[in-house]
Amino acid sequence: MAGSNPNAKPMNLTLKVWRQPNRQTEGQMVDYQVKDISPDMSFLEMLDVLNEDLLHQGQDPVAFDHDCREGICGSCDLFINGRSHGPEKGTTTCQLHMRKFSDGDTITIEPWRANAFPVNKDLSVDRSAFDRIIQAGGYVSVNTGGAPDGNEIPIPKDIADRAFEAATCIGCGACVAACKNASAMLFVSAKVSQLALLPQGQVERQTRVENMVAQMDIEGFGACSNIGSCAAECPVGISLENIAILNREFLTAKAASNNLA
Amino acid sequence: MNWFTKTFTSSIGRKIIMSLTGLFLCTFLVVHLIGNLQLFKHDDGVAFNTYSHFMGTNPVIRTIEWGLVLGFGFHIYEALMLTMRNKGARSHGYAQWQAKQNSEWTSRNMGILGSIILVFLIVHLYNFFWRARFGTLDADINHNDDLYKVVVTSFHQWWYVVLYVAAQASLGYHLWHGFRSGFQTLGLNHRKYMPLIKNFGYAFAVIVSAGFASMPLYFLFFTNENGALLTSAPAVLHQLALAFN
Repeated sequence: MAGSNPNAKPMNLTLKVWRQPNRQTEGQMVDYQVKDISPDMSFLEMLDVLNEDLLHQGQDPVAFDHDCREGICGSCDLFINGRSHGPEKGTTTCQLHMRKFSDGDTITIEPWRANAFPVNKDLSVDRSAFDRIIQAGGYVSVNTGGAPDGNEIPIPKDIADRAFEAATCIGCGACVAACKNASAMLFVSAKVSQLALLPQGQVERQTRVENMVAQMDIEGFGACSNIGSCAAECPVGISLENIAILNREFLTAKAASNNLA
Repeated sequence: MNWFTKTFTSSIGRKIIMSLTGLFLCTFLVVHLIGNLQLFKHDDGVAFNTYSHFMGTNPVIRTIEWGLVLGFGFHIYEALMLTMRNKGARSHGYAQWQAKQNSEWTSRNMGILGSIILVFLIVHLYNFFWRARFGTLDADINHNDDLYKVVVTSFHQWWYVVLYVAAQASLGYHLWHGFRSGFQTLGLNHRKYMPLIKNFGYAFAVIVSAGFASMPLYFLFFTNENGALLTSAPAVLHQLALAFN
């Protein structure tokens, strides 16, 4: 595929978009035509063009989630042509460019599908289930008083690197969307292993994994069956090794923690 | 709920039971396959019947047998529980779904493969286990039940052989994903050892399923109705004609 190409021809596309007025009303797929789309546009810019057209025609624009449009916030959450964030590997929807598509293509655009992620409107979903999982234990205690000297807390480079890899999770929910079981384990495992690997995370280590897994189950996410769709579709490349770490942390915490409840 | 039931009814807890029972059932497959290799001995089934007599009467084996029942029971029960949970996690599916772009077919179809194996298991238990344990069989020259004769007769029915081979193919695919998946669920995923576990699992799946499938195929194609080896191509063709009639 070409990069920015001044000779690239504008594209005409057919979009099949999920339209749903609100949480209570059942939605449906609606076909739209968009014309003169530049291959250099991002996917979200293409949707902006669609929405301007809809506004000019006096119709309700398509609601979709987005914020930074730089691939770091994790807000954009479209299921494009049967895959989380579309066909390009390791990319969020905002960083997916129209040059990945061809003139005349039909593109199917759906919201993340999981009962734990209810559709607010059209393509916009409520991912506050993730927030509640973080509130259940995805934090560290910071005591007041003098800050300890950084050199007094030695962390081996490879441990720091692994913790950082896990910390790159942007909480977009692509893992849940791609998983056959709508499981949130890749997300939860990234958060649990990031903190379990570092000294700052040791204080709540056992309680954290117990509470986060309990909250994950309450929210109604499915269980992992090691299919690997999540890691394959993750825009930042969180690995399945984290789920093994989560399981290990969970089992050892359940066996050894003082929490009887 | 106390902490123990909470642990093993959680999503991860159920998965842990799935993997422990699954890996335990793998050890059973090894024992079963090695024992059954005696079917290939040309002794009119004497060794195989002695072995099956031992397996049916030895008190240690009979005790472990209950472990096996529990192993299968929990594996199937947890599979049902997890499948219900997982189906319930997405009641509205996608209009377009390209799972084959990001995952293996076997990993997404463990339930279907497992169900085929379960149907096979019921037929298999009824035909061999039930008859050996509760039925009356002819005696062989050592006055052991002649289970070998039941095996040879069964494996000369083409539909039976088809069921067996199809079930073993399902088992192979089930193990292809299940073996390494069991280790992953138990948290036994390490950069140094995971490639070995994966490759061992693939080899295990192929050897076990091919090993079991070879038995019905051997009897159908290469022996007569008494289990004696056929030596010429016309004899094989004649034998096949009988099996399909």
